[in-house]
Amino acid sequence: MSEQTTAPAGAPAAGDASVPMVRAEHVSKSFGSNEVLKDISLEVKRGEVLCLVGPSGSGKSTFLRCINHLEQVSSGRLAVDGQLVGYREAGGRLHEMHPKEISKQRRDIGMVFQRFNLFPHMTALENVMEAPTQVKGLSKAKAKARALELLARVGLAERADYYPAHLSGGQQQRVAIARALAMDPKLMLFDEPTSALDPELVGEVLDVMKELAKTGMTMVVVTHEMGFAREVADTLVFMDGGVVVETGVPREVLANPQHQRTKAFLSKVL
Amino acid sequence: MSDSSAGRAASPAPAVGAPAPSSGPEKVVKLRHPWRIVVAVLLLAAVAVFVIDAAQREAFDWASVGKYVFDKRVTQAAGFTLLLTVLSMIIGVVLGIILAVMRQSPNPVLKSVAWVYLWIFRGTPVYVQLVFWGLLATIYSSIDLGVPFMEPWVSFPTKLLFNAFWLTVIGLGLNESAYMAEIVRAGLLSVDPGQHEAATALGMGWGKTMRRVVLPQAMRVIIPPTGNEVISMLKTTSLATAVPFTLELYTRTRDISVEIFNPIPLLIVASIWYLAITSVLMVGQFFLEKRFARGVGARPDAGPGPVTASMSAVELDETAAADAAIAAKHGGDAR
Repeated sequence: MSEQTTAPAGAPAAGDASVPMVRAEHVSKSFGSNEVLKDISLEVKRGEVLCLVGPSGSGKSTFLRCINHLEQVSSGRLAVDGQLVGYREAGGRLHEMHPKEISKQRRDIGMVFQRFNLFPHMTALENVMEAPTQVKGLSKAKAKARALELLARVGLAERADYYPAHLSGGQQQRVAIARALAMDPKLMLFDEPTSALDPELVGEVLDVMKELAKTGMTMVVVTHEMGFAREVADTLVFMDGGVVVETGVPREVLANPQHQRTKAFLSKVL
Repeated sequence: MSDSSAGRAASPAPAVGAPAPSSGPEKVVKLRHPWRIVVAVLLLAAVAVFVIDAAQREAFDWASVGKYVFDKRVTQAAGFTLLLTVLSMIIGVVLGIILAVMRQSPNPVLKSVAWVYLWIFRGTPVYVQLVFWGLLATIYSSIDLGVPFMEPWVSFPTKLLFNAFWLTVIGLGLNESAYMAEIVRAGLLSVDPGQHEAATALGMGWGKTMRRVVLPQAMRVIIPPTGNEVISMLKTTSLATAVPFTLELYTRTRDISVEIFNPIPLLIVASIWYLAITSVLMVGQFFLEKRFARGVGARPDAGPGPVTASMSAVELDETAAADAAIAAKHGGDAR
């Protein structure tokens, strides 16, 4: 985890250590007349683990999906590694990118879904190999070696030839994490990764995520697991009604919330 | 491992008051269904009466049936019917997939083109379409390549390019593709949108997502109704006479029956061949369905070999240990 001072807002270049990994400035998002994100501004530094918590419908998942352009922001600026996501800014106006360019941006952003979304017609190994071979054009042999290594890392080396239907929820989610890591992302997004799991399977997934955090991966995690947030996150962001209500060090926010809404929410989940 | 088993021993000891261990599964008296047997016997009797009667009935003219079933003209016609079915279904399926994908595409131009195509080809009877295809050479006597309204670079006489057989294949195939497009679309819609999303998030483009992720999963839903379409197509080939293409099974057997002044035995001959080909096609469908059921069927390592058995025993212990670890952690989590 690189120690760094907050970067001044300068001309950013990708890979520059002083540029935050994610920078959202006044991001808003509406579905029709329903405004789900209202003027969100926040930063995720390199190597930082940021947990987004809040009641359902608070916009945290929508915000996460905006980061890799699965949803388009309605206004504001959202940049990953110094580059606007899905748009190019020229002459003071935003220009839509070609889908191919957006795909290219997404390669560097791994995403893990609440419902795993593994490809059911492929084995665990094939799931992990799919994107490296199809998107990056890696050779089958290289992709396989790397995939086996990643499956071993999430503790599933023996399950490589199983189809998702024959894996438990926790195992499926660990394969999904391996699949996302196979693209060597610089940023990992987790959308409630343990919410669809039986309680006894939550631990194995959180353990893999903890290991990942230790390696210095930048992570944005939407979660209801306050224990995980307290233990692993560098920053906790509490959202409600489409706005960021409170931001801070997890231990402090959880122990001593400053806002009424945060207090009310935490009293229900802790 | 001994640690965890020691920990487990603290939990309640094996139930004491349970009934004495029984030897093997208990014998259960099966429910009887006497009426099923009665109905089956009645049906068999009815069938026997029909068969005995049919065997003796002159109108069926079994001698002629036997004579013509393997007549060279008939077997050749069966071959043509099968060929027409296969070729037009290939066109139908390939074009149908393209049309369905076009209809789902975010591109409004592709969408509209597919919609208009479906509107025309589903909106007119296939018989009418086949007559039109038969008149192709009359309407367009030559097919030219070049700039419109200028002297063409090359010009082919239509009659030489397409004979009645290929016109039938095109006519049946294009009509079929409109129906296949809807079947494929239903298949595409049956795939969880999360699949598209996951592929997109991995950086796969729209086309690759369709080809690698969505279509293979849609196949499971697409194949059964497609099998239906194949069998339906086998019989629709009898309309080829509209083009007119006369070498397929139905028209050919009709021609023979005109020669011998008795339509009935050759109808039976044609039916025998249609049934035979349908049966073969059904076997093909069975294997296709199996192929695309990957990931929903049995485990790849199914079959309780000794290795698997010992492995799963080890795994059970591991799970128990993991459970204990999780329980310990959550206890310390103060939730």
